[in-house]
Amino acid sequence: MDNSVISGSIPLAFAWDWAYDSWIVVVGALAAIASTLLGNFLVLRKMSMLGDAITHAVLPGIAVAFYVSQSRSSVAMFVGAVVVGILTALFTEWIRDSGEVDEGASMGVVFTSLFALGLVLLVQTADAVDLDPKCVLYGSIELAPEDRIQLGSWEVPRSVLVLLPVTLVNALFVLVFFKELRLTSFDPALATTMGISSRLMHYALMVLVSVTAVACFESVGSILVVAMFVVPAAAAYMLTDRLGVMIGISVVIAAASAALGHLSAIVVPRWFGYGSTTTSGMIAVSAGGLFLAAAALGPKHGVLVKLVRRQLLSLRILCDDIVAYLFRGEESDREPAGIEDSSAKTLASELFASMWSMKVAVAILRSRGELDVQDDNLMLTEVGRERGKRLVRSHRLWEQYLVDQAGSDTGRIHGQAERFEHFTDRSLRDRLAKQTDGPDRDPHGRPIPDEH
Amino acid sequence: MIRELTTRLCGSGKFDLLAVRWLSFRIVLPVMLIGLSLTVCGASVAGAAEPVATTSTLMRVLLLQDYNTRVVIFCVAVLGGAAGLVGSFTLLRKRALMGDALSHASLPGLAIAFLVANAISGDGKSLVWLLMGATISGLLGVAVILIIRNQTRLKEDAALGIVLSVFFGAGAALMGIVQSTAGNAAGLEGFIYGKTASMVAADARLIVIASAIVIVGCMLLFKELKLLCFDEGFAGAKGYPVVALDVALMSMVVLVTMVGLQAVGLVLMIALLVIPAAASRFWTESMFRMMVWSALIGISGSIVGAMMSALFPGLPSGAMIVLVCSAFFFVSMMLGRRRGVLIRYFRRLRLNRRIDRQHLLRAMYEQIEHATGDALRSERKFRANRKTPVTVDHLLGMRSWSRRRLTRAIGRAVEDELLRIKGDLCRLTLAGFAEAARLTRQHRMWEMYLIAYAEVATANVDRDADDIEHVLAPEIIDQLEDLLDEQGMTIHVPVSPHEKLQSRTAAKTRGAS
Repeated sequence: MDNSVISGSIPLAFAWDWAYDSWIVVVGALAAIASTLLGNFLVLRKMSMLGDAITHAVLPGIAVAFYVSQSRSSVAMFVGAVVVGILTALFTEWIRDSGEVDEGASMGVVFTSLFALGLVLLVQTADAVDLDPKCVLYGSIELAPEDRIQLGSWEVPRSVLVLLPVTLVNALFVLVFFKELRLTSFDPALATTMGISSRLMHYALMVLVSVTAVACFESVGSILVVAMFVVPAAAAYMLTDRLGVMIGISVVIAAASAALGHLSAIVVPRWFGYGSTTTSGMIAVSAGGLFLAAAALGPKHGVLVKLVRRQLLSLRILCDDIVAYLFRGEESDREPAGIEDSSAKTLASELFASMWSMKVAVAILRSRGELDVQDDNLMLTEVGRERGKRLVRSHRLWEQYLVDQAGSDTGRIHGQAERFEHFTDRSLRDRLAKQTDGPDRDPHGRPIPDEH
Repeated sequence: MIRELTTRLCGSGKFDLLAVRWLSFRIVLPVMLIGLSLTVCGASVAGAAEPVATTSTLMRVLLLQDYNTRVVIFCVAVLGGAAGLVGSFTLLRKRALMGDALSHASLPGLAIAFLVANAISGDGKSLVWLLMGATISGLLGVAVILIIRNQTRLKEDAALGIVLSVFFGAGAALMGIVQSTAGNAAGLEGFIYGKTASMVAADARLIVIASAIVIVGCMLLFKELKLLCFDEGFAGAKGYPVVALDVALMSMVVLVTMVGLQAVGLVLMIALLVIPAAASRFWTESMFRMMVWSALIGISGSIVGAMMSALFPGLPSGAMIVLVCSAFFFVSMMLGRRRGVLIRYFRRLRLNRRIDRQHLLRAMYEQIEHATGDALRSERKFRANRKTPVTVDHLLGMRSWSRRRLTRAIGRAVEDELLRIKGDLCRLTLAGFAEAARLTRQHRMWEMYLIAYAEVATANVDRDADDIEHVLAPEIIDQLEDLLDEQGMTIHVPVSPHEKLQSRTAAKTRGAS
């Protein structure tokens, strides 16, 4: 990497101009937080695509505002865009409701039609004045710090002055109507019976979503809006079951992905020998990365965590099975090497386990001193024998209990006891023994080992 | 005219206030809004474009004499048909916006393909490379959507939203890099915004091949995909490879989307996947017919839109196709024969009127019964009693009706000669009396059934019976008769349990005697 990257005045490993880059992060974070506050409810109401729909659909609003005001006044366009944004939500709701069309489809119909209408209007008005929707409509976060407004002794980017109030209003809305929003999102019927109009909440939310979407894409571009309405909220949803916590986490994720996104927009392309790239794209990618992490590692719902938990459980059960199998073998012959062939291979085929998981299980058992290996044959140690005894006792007590108390058929109890034995502890065994009057033989006539 | 229509559909010419209000909210208001926006659109069209559609251009376009127009119309029609076919499946799978997510997800593949092709051959904009890159990243997007949907607790819409935004973000970032490299990347973004008006024969070939694959695929896998759409769990239980079928369906969507994307652009592609399928849903309840309808709507919408754009200057063809399709959607939504707004409205109106009439007749019967005491059940006085007049005020007290609603219900019953009204007094005709007796019998049989078998308290039984009496089919009445026969409870017109039935034994003794 060439040295020119590290410019003299900045004590960082990459080009970072505090006055410029930190404003970008602030603007990005504000837009992200404003969107994600409402995005939580969009995700819960299964309307995640609304942000995308609105950013496409506002085109006719812009065109009409331009046509009416005959100027590129940003206020008129803002109003036009917000009005059409609200209309998008209304039309979607109307088609979904009276046409009984699925939410996604009605959204698709509405926003493509509105976009096409806007395109026609724009082409028609294009003769009068050149109006490039991409320039007028969609701001760019890189340019946000350039457009500043003097505020007292402070120079603040215009977009901060737009986004800050929006963020505050959204936060206030979520705080004040938290109970109503929660109830109408999870159980609209209950909310209605409790006297909360879920329709009213829906439309209030839609109005705020439109305003937020327009404010954000006007100052930071449309990619950021669409991503921030969905991704941080979805990531937070993977991490918690409580709505309040979810909103908190999503706000943190949104802000983090803004900072991370801008940083990686500067840094990551350099790894491959390219210049820096667009920040809003990288913010979306960072949010996606954070979502990936949350979806994989979430403590309760994470995919990887669930996978590992399942693997650990099946390993534990396999260990139990090995020990119990060896114990039964010893028991039947009352000799140290009861089973002729107790190699890992035989056991694997007996217990329907793969060789790989067998090896891991044997390694675990040996490290805990429950198993010995003598020329390929697996042998129980004293500790292992105790564990085997406990398992077999649980198994046979369960069989006895199932026949005695639950009235099960003798032919079917083995499978059930096989499942229960892994989750039965000492106190449960004692209670089982008490319930079945402390038998010393199970229904199949085999002895129930004692434990002390 | 509307009145005539209601008369034919609902059997009576009266048009009540509730219906008018309903109509105005559901239909007139949105129609006005849409009309307003269309007027604005039309005004600007009229203001900017001078009418140039003379007879000669009209003939040229309609007879497809221009090579260019011919190619464009042919391409969009084939594409519209294929998109309509797969669109029906994605709609029923509640993934209508799949096309949206996919077309956005193609951007990073496009950028990477450009970089790779640029490095290898120096020509970054070769169609094959770009198409391949877009398809691969589209398929990757599908894979991620399916993984998120199947492995986490997030729903379809969130999966689509995540893939759309993150992939598009990655694409934008890669585009930022592409634009800073030496290669000539201008116009690369045009790939996903399309170039409808300037399609050439090569595009047509690509579209035809892709569409043929999709049509054959839909036909071959029709049964399996249908099952997948309606009952995924059942399909899995029957041993169909659900995930593989899902992937096959989504690959077809990817194929159509990618080919269409570079030809007609992002928004038109989304529209072609969503709108025809959603419109056809209003016309039929059969999957096969829905597919055919959807393909037809896609084809005709594309042709009409493309022709309009060729006829009038300043109307971009992609946008016109979307607008024509959404006009078709709107008409279907209103007039659709199975699930259209109007037909469902009239269905409900008819049901409401039937219920009102049944309540009216039963109220009359109960009033007559009240006036003449218990004697009604004797066969001899049957004819005499039916002429007992009942005042409107008495009827009004029977239900929480507004006077207006009652008057209308009476009016309709008079038209059908179930009632005669003179001044304030209503009398049942012979037909009306028979019908009223039948209804009352049904109601009371259901009440007795509920008391005897469902153990509903006598005080609550009237409301429960009220809900169900209107939908009791003749077979159920037969079954009720059989059941109550066993209990010895059948009566000609059973006495209302609220007055007479003290206990089940009382009913038994009466039935036996």
